[in-house]
Amino acid sequence: MRALSTPAAENRSKKRGFQNSLWGVAAWIAGIVFVFPVIWMVLTSFKQENAAATNPPSWFFAPTLAQYGQVFDRNITPFLLNSLMASVFSTLLVVLLATPAAYALSLRPVAKWSDSLFFFISTKMMPVVAAFLPVYLLVKHLGMLDNIWTMVILYTSMNLPLAVWMMRSFLLEVPREVLEAGEVDGAGLLTSIRKIILPIVSPGLAATALICFIFAWNEFFLAVNLTATNSGTSPIFLVGFISSEGAFLARLCAAATIVSLPVLIAGWVAQNKLVRGLSMGAVK
Amino acid sequence: MTTTVARPGRRAQAPVRPPKGGAKDRWVRRAPLLPALIFAIVITQVPFLYTIYLSTLSWNALRPGDKPFVGFDNYVTVLTDSRLRSALVNTVVLTAGAVIFSLVLGLVFALLLDRKFFGRGIVRTLLITPFLVMPIAAALLWKHALFNPTYGLINGIFGGSTDWVSSYPKAAVITTLVWQWTPFMMLILLAGLQSQSHEVLEAARVDGANAWQIFRRMTLPHLRQYLELGALLGSIYLVNTFDAIFSITQGGPGTATTNLPYEIYLTMFRKFEYGEASAAGVIVVILTIIVATFALRVISSLFKMEENR
Repeated sequence: MRALSTPAAENRSKKRGFQNSLWGVAAWIAGIVFVFPVIWMVLTSFKQENAAATNPPSWFFAPTLAQYGQVFDRNITPFLLNSLMASVFSTLLVVLLATPAAYALSLRPVAKWSDSLFFFISTKMMPVVAAFLPVYLLVKHLGMLDNIWTMVILYTSMNLPLAVWMMRSFLLEVPREVLEAGEVDGAGLLTSIRKIILPIVSPGLAATALICFIFAWNEFFLAVNLTATNSGTSPIFLVGFISSEGAFLARLCAAATIVSLPVLIAGWVAQNKLVRGLSMGAVK
Repeated sequence: MTTTVARPGRRAQAPVRPPKGGAKDRWVRRAPLLPALIFAIVITQVPFLYTIYLSTLSWNALRPGDKPFVGFDNYVTVLTDSRLRSALVNTVVLTAGAVIFSLVLGLVFALLLDRKFFGRGIVRTLLITPFLVMPIAAALLWKHALFNPTYGLINGIFGGSTDWVSSYPKAAVITTLVWQWTPFMMLILLAGLQSQSHEVLEAARVDGANAWQIFRRMTLPHLRQYLELGALLGSIYLVNTFDAIFSITQGGPGTATTNLPYEIYLTMFRKFEYGEASAAGVIVVILTIIVATFALRVISSLFKMEENR
């Protein structure tokens, strides 16, 4: 039986090897075609304006950093710093609020933990516009329009549900037996957090923080309506390009590359945890 | 990327010891939750209650003077206004179009990545990259560098002089959204594919099932819950689409791509009809609650399904 099936199996595996390389070629082509707009964006950002807006497209050109210089001359730096502040501080605040909450919904659960959990996700389902007017009026009333701390607070509430769900899914991975053993040995809450829980969930904590950072960095609706010259974030810098006249394509591509770069890096670093974060911990 | 749908489970993981003991113990358990809960209620729920109040006022910010109470007048205005109805239809078309196409394309990519080949990690990184480009940057990139009739890359490669954005506004917006959201769907579906049992698939192959039969009879049913999850989460995010419309079409031509968020934005900041904008906001929330109740049921059943496995 075995002797009979061997040649067939060998044949099959040879055939599959060939199929696999064909498969790889198909996947590579799909990947490159799909990502091509990004490649094109980066290529265009190194062109002179007259080489950028051509038909047929120019594939060979002398690369220049002129457009990046232009973008910095037009003062993109404050926008980047505002984004950095809003994203970093809101992420810190989210982690500080969400981690204890996730703990109270997983390891030492409150009585109606699932109700609270679903309350958090339901706030994420409510469209931002629906409750935006009162927020706008209040912010205006308090004189907090165009203030970066307003953005910090709003981004915190935007990312809170995601972070609670995500942290909860990581905390559930802490083995209960180890926790209980620690308690029997007389470890206090702080000790077990420091010695048992943190080492296990710290990769999850980092992934949660990175995903909150990404969403805060990219947020547009709140930023365009609540900020202006002082606290405009990076997406606001791009608004000027919506209906630009004249030659601006290469400069737009340079600006788009700069503002996207932090998230590209964060996303590539966190890519193994990305799916878990985006599905709020539902898919590991 | 190991994979299973997580169980916020009653089974082994979650509340082993249901809260017992006195009031003190309950408060000790509640304490870590309260800051986040209060923060979420204050920032999201209180403004919404205030929106309900505003929706009963006749209030145009450009008109000085008092803001008389008008009861349900704003609701009547909004519901009989054809703009809101067309915005509702546009929202459904744009969201459904983006979700369906990105699911299909995401499934194709996930299937491609589910086999070992040279440079698989790199291809995966390439495929998730569009998701990481800032949405408004992506929208402007498509608008100016790809769709532009004279120097856009699409006409540059394929010829012709189609003005994609004005001729096919909905399709242009959907294309941009699909490009950004396909990676998201791909990641979820890839997680689903990799959670399939290899022994069972191998057994089916040995029994002489061909690739299509295996896909149709085994993979697809297995993927069903992942498809549902992707569709659900994608809809939650995409129904709020604002950046792409704001920057590619400004809701036009006419109102061809004006969705609910953009319409409410216009009512608020172009017409300054605060009362009407609030009423529209309340209607959107009611619609969302209806959809969300259904959606939460799907989420719960997904989790239960996994627990019972």
